[in-house]
Amino acid sequence: MLKNRIIPCLDVKNGRIVKGINFVELKDAGDPVEQAKIYSDGGADEICFLDITASNENRETIIDIVRKTAKECFVPLTVGGGVRTIKNITDLLLAGADKVSINTAAVKNVDFVKEASKKFGSQCIVVAIDAKKVSDNKWEVFTHGGRNKTGIDAVEFAKKVEENGAGEILLTSMDKDGTKSGYDVDLLKTITNSTNIPVIASGGVGTLDHLYDGIVKGGASAVLAASIFHYGEYKIKDAKEYLNSKNVSVRL
Amino acid sequence: MNVTIVDYQSGNISSVINSFTEVAKGKVNLEVTSDIKKIKSSDKIVLPGQGSFKSCVDSLKSINGLVDTLKEFAITKKNPLLGICVGLQMFADVGYEQAETKGLGWIPGKVSKINNQKGKFKLPHIGWNEIEIQKESKIFKDIKNKSHMYFVHSYEFIPEDKSVISATTDYSSKIVCSVEKDNLFGTQFHPEKSDKIGLKIIDNFIKL
Repeated sequence: MLKNRIIPCLDVKNGRIVKGINFVELKDAGDPVEQAKIYSDGGADEICFLDITASNENRETIIDIVRKTAKECFVPLTVGGGVRTIKNITDLLLAGADKVSINTAAVKNVDFVKEASKKFGSQCIVVAIDAKKVSDNKWEVFTHGGRNKTGIDAVEFAKKVEENGAGEILLTSMDKDGTKSGYDVDLLKTITNSTNIPVIASGGVGTLDHLYDGIVKGGASAVLAASIFHYGEYKIKDAKEYLNSKNVSVRL
Repeated sequence: MNVTIVDYQSGNISSVINSFTEVAKGKVNLEVTSDIKKIKSSDKIVLPGQGSFKSCVDSLKSINGLVDTLKEFAITKKNPLLGICVGLQMFADVGYEQAETKGLGWIPGKVSKINNQKGKFKLPHIGWNEIEIQKESKIFKDIKNKSHMYFVHSYEFIPEDKSVISATTDYSSKIVCSVEKDNLFGTQFHPEKSDKIGLKIIDNFIKL
């Protein structure tokens, strides 16, 4: 039976891990390579790097981090942030990433998702959707780390990226991110029910119960969390043991 | 000993290189190449593969003499060869991803899309799943039954002769996830991404 994945996420800015509250205020939480190794040794099912500043000048920094991490961690490595061109993807994959996550560039031009999945295979193309609630059961896609409104409906967009070859969706609730009040379960449920590719839940985890909700109530195939793991509140192992005790199948 | 990872532009093989480098350290000489001469003189070959069946077969064929060299190495001379993911799938006669495409024809069978029971199971099959060992395989030395391996694929290899199957995994049905036929080994999962247990499989292959 396929196990539900626990994915610690490392938000990286200028080579250091940071974690923001609602995408803005940033705290420093350490060295990404070291932290990735701790997660992988602790049983993380996958590791995600999000380069949250990702201007063209500092692309080398994230590539270097990926390169170092990939030599020590032998679990899948997903990297996102500022992925705009086929060359960006090639560089990350050559450095040792297994998947890349595309956000703004996918919204601007969905053909980029198609082109990328055709070239590299759907298995390595994740589309990151940042969604914000606009009314009852309605969510809108935001870009540029949550700064720009697009007017695009999140559900329609999720279906569209699936049609265009995305292998997975990384779904972040902008309302919940950094709040520690749990995932937006309604958003998750709506997206997992309207697509046939795996959805990774993101944004809002504060307790282990929230991970449970993401999988069981939201239908996510994987749950992503940042701060609860960074600041040592919980270890990956705690999360897995907790889920296992509630009959959610995980890799122990 | 020389172990060669065949680099035929089949997509991202960095992870395969990284994990084999880690395991091979101080034990064997590792080459990553598409050079026919080097492939001929190696002791073991790793055939990775990412992307679609068709794109991998096309890439293999685009390198002059590569398919014949691999055939001579693995089929005529019966040297150990490990296919990973689409690398394994290409052992088949035919694949149906993108378009009907002829495979290498080393193990009779076909590669078709996983029957996901009308959307009941999401595709790709991504993540950690347990393997159920069906027969003893040299690459499973010290690997426990029901170990977790990392998968990412939408197509499965269906061999005609079921006796080649060394492990299956449960995803909508029993999917073939590992084969062994004489000197030919293949895994649908990614040992290079399967943590310490995956590195052990690589180590077993290197030590053959």
